[in-house]
Amino acid sequence: MVNYLYDGTFEGLLTVIFEIYERKAAPAQIVHATAELPGLFTQTILVVTNEVKADRVWQGLGKKISATAQTHLYKAFLSEQPQIGMLIYQYAQLAFASTISIEDNFAADCVRELAHLNKQVFRESHRMEAFIRFQKTADDLYYATVAPDFNVLPIISKHFEKRYADQRWLIYDTKRHYGLYYDLEKVSQVNLEKEVTDRSGNLPADILAQQELLYQELWQTYYRHATIPERKNRKLHLRHIPLRYWKYLTEKQPSR
Amino acid sequence: MNDKVQEKLKILADAAKYDVSCSSSGGKRKNENKGLGNAEGMGICHSYTEDGRCVSLLKILLTNYCIFDCAYCVTRRSNDIKRAAFTVDEVVNLTLNFYRRNYIEGLFLSSGIFKDSDYTMERLVRIAKKLRQEHKFNGYIHLKTIPGASEELIKEAGLYADRLSVNIELPTELSLQALAPEKNYPQILQPMGAISRELVQNKEERKLFKLAPSFAPAGQSTQLIVGASAESDQQILHLSSQLYQDYKLKRVYYSGYVPVSSDNRLPVLAATPVIRENRIYQADWLLRFYGFNVNELVNEFYPNLDLQIDPKLAWALRNRYLFPIDINTADYEFILRVPGIGVKSAKKIVSARRFTSLSFDHLHKIGVVLKRAKYFITCNGRSLEQKDYAEEVIRRKIIFGENSHRSALVKQQLDLFQQVG
Repeated sequence: MVNYLYDGTFEGLLTVIFEIYERKAAPAQIVHATAELPGLFTQTILVVTNEVKADRVWQGLGKKISATAQTHLYKAFLSEQPQIGMLIYQYAQLAFASTISIEDNFAADCVRELAHLNKQVFRESHRMEAFIRFQKTADDLYYATVAPDFNVLPIISKHFEKRYADQRWLIYDTKRHYGLYYDLEKVSQVNLEKEVTDRSGNLPADILAQQELLYQELWQTYYRHATIPERKNRKLHLRHIPLRYWKYLTEKQPSR
Repeated sequence: MNDKVQEKLKILADAAKYDVSCSSSGGKRKNENKGLGNAEGMGICHSYTEDGRCVSLLKILLTNYCIFDCAYCVTRRSNDIKRAAFTVDEVVNLTLNFYRRNYIEGLFLSSGIFKDSDYTMERLVRIAKKLRQEHKFNGYIHLKTIPGASEELIKEAGLYADRLSVNIELPTELSLQALAPEKNYPQILQPMGAISRELVQNKEERKLFKLAPSFAPAGQSTQLIVGASAESDQQILHLSSQLYQDYKLKRVYYSGYVPVSSDNRLPVLAATPVIRENRIYQADWLLRFYGFNVNELVNEFYPNLDLQIDPKLAWALRNRYLFPIDINTADYEFILRVPGIGVKSAKKIVSARRFTSLSFDHLHKIGVVLKRAKYFITCNGRSLEQKDYAEEVIRRKIIFGENSHRSALVKQQLDLFQQVG
């Protein structure tokens, strides 16, 4: 048995799968290169990401499962769970060994667990599409701060690009320290040297657009008045917006 | 000026919140003009109110001045409340600015009736038109059609709106006469019919000409108030089933009556019938996604839904002779009818059993609620239950848990207290 280490990218993981087949050496674990490894007597191999090898595995999988199943695999990968490497390897193994597509074989553990992770990531990305709140700055940039449970920025980028085609926007992930910036033409990845927002994701008042605070207040007013007090149901409320998302929600901030 | 908008927003959001619909799905408006917004595919709930309802649209009334006097409605003429009215530009600005900050998916605009129906409807249409044409807004727009508005205006509204709706509110003509004297059924059904004819015609047109303008692509919906009048669940569900079939409605919403007024035409209600509303929604889902016929759920022997257990379980208990079915061989349509198995689990079962014969362990992992399902299914002829229980026993076991003979009584009593309020 061998421990495989990779750089944490999806291509890296696919390269690992290539190496496993190439070396005919089954993995004990497939983990991020920074992870601590127990197991004194297992051999450890550091796999260098190779796009050609990764692509061969990806194309090979494409012949065994549908394009949708491939997307789901990628989304499940974004969950960043420690066991994700092994799960995807087991899935690939199952797929390569079968003559028919195994993507609907929910009786197999890896298929079901990956489907579950895919669903969790999808849910988180859908939540981000809902809970992101932009603040308008004086130079017409719409700025939002997020801290999602999973690394979902790559999959929500298209949504915001299509939706806000006529405004510049920036979405910054404070957990993973990178963001997406749209300049009216295309979306690109950005890293800020110093984060500009405070702990509730608010931009300093002096760089906000003139009417920004007014609209925040109007939104808070609307939110308060949309509630039917006779039907208050805190349990249900928290199931829909768990507390961890409140931090950056305009309607949950005390008015400034 | 800003304080004025704040004040109006308070009044007119308050007045609009009893409308249940807040769906933003089913639109097909793509952002192709580098404009603002995109409403294809799924709806998004941007926030949730403290009563747990989705906030997807900016849901407001244009005005709460109204010439009608419907007993169940907060904005009825005889109610002594603050009145206000937005201008067209105020609504347009609010919508755009909320949308740009990702607060909402679009606008839900309804209105009290001032002057007359057409005058009011014309204002609503003008707002939608302005958003679409002057501001290239591709977000979602839901317009309420005002009872009695002319067919031309409704037709125009459908060109700009994603969804149109006419609220029926009361499930029978008789209660309508008693509680909403200015309204009548023909007045409500006529625009509903007009919209559904227009929808059918538009579908045909778009088959022939791809570029024909689309008419309310997210269809039409309506709302019924539950508990403001004496109708049984049978009457309510029969009406919805008819509306789904004859008028091709996308959704019928049910709103448990919140006592908003002490009007003497209304029954005295201690609390909103939340559980009943929930059961009716469950039944509605069974009609639309599970292939149930309305008579299987409610009929002259069972005019009301069981409040203690869900309608599917109630149906299964009444039809024990059809069960148990075997998970590995039964048809999809029948698996759907097993209590504790939803659409997703049923689909997973049908695709997974092609690979291997399924056991109870598989079912559990797939997400089937075995607590309810186990009395109705077998896996390869094996059952989880040794005995064949009587209906009453199953019901008790499901409601109160496996071994709780004693605590059952206590819970039942507590439950009764709660129901009395």
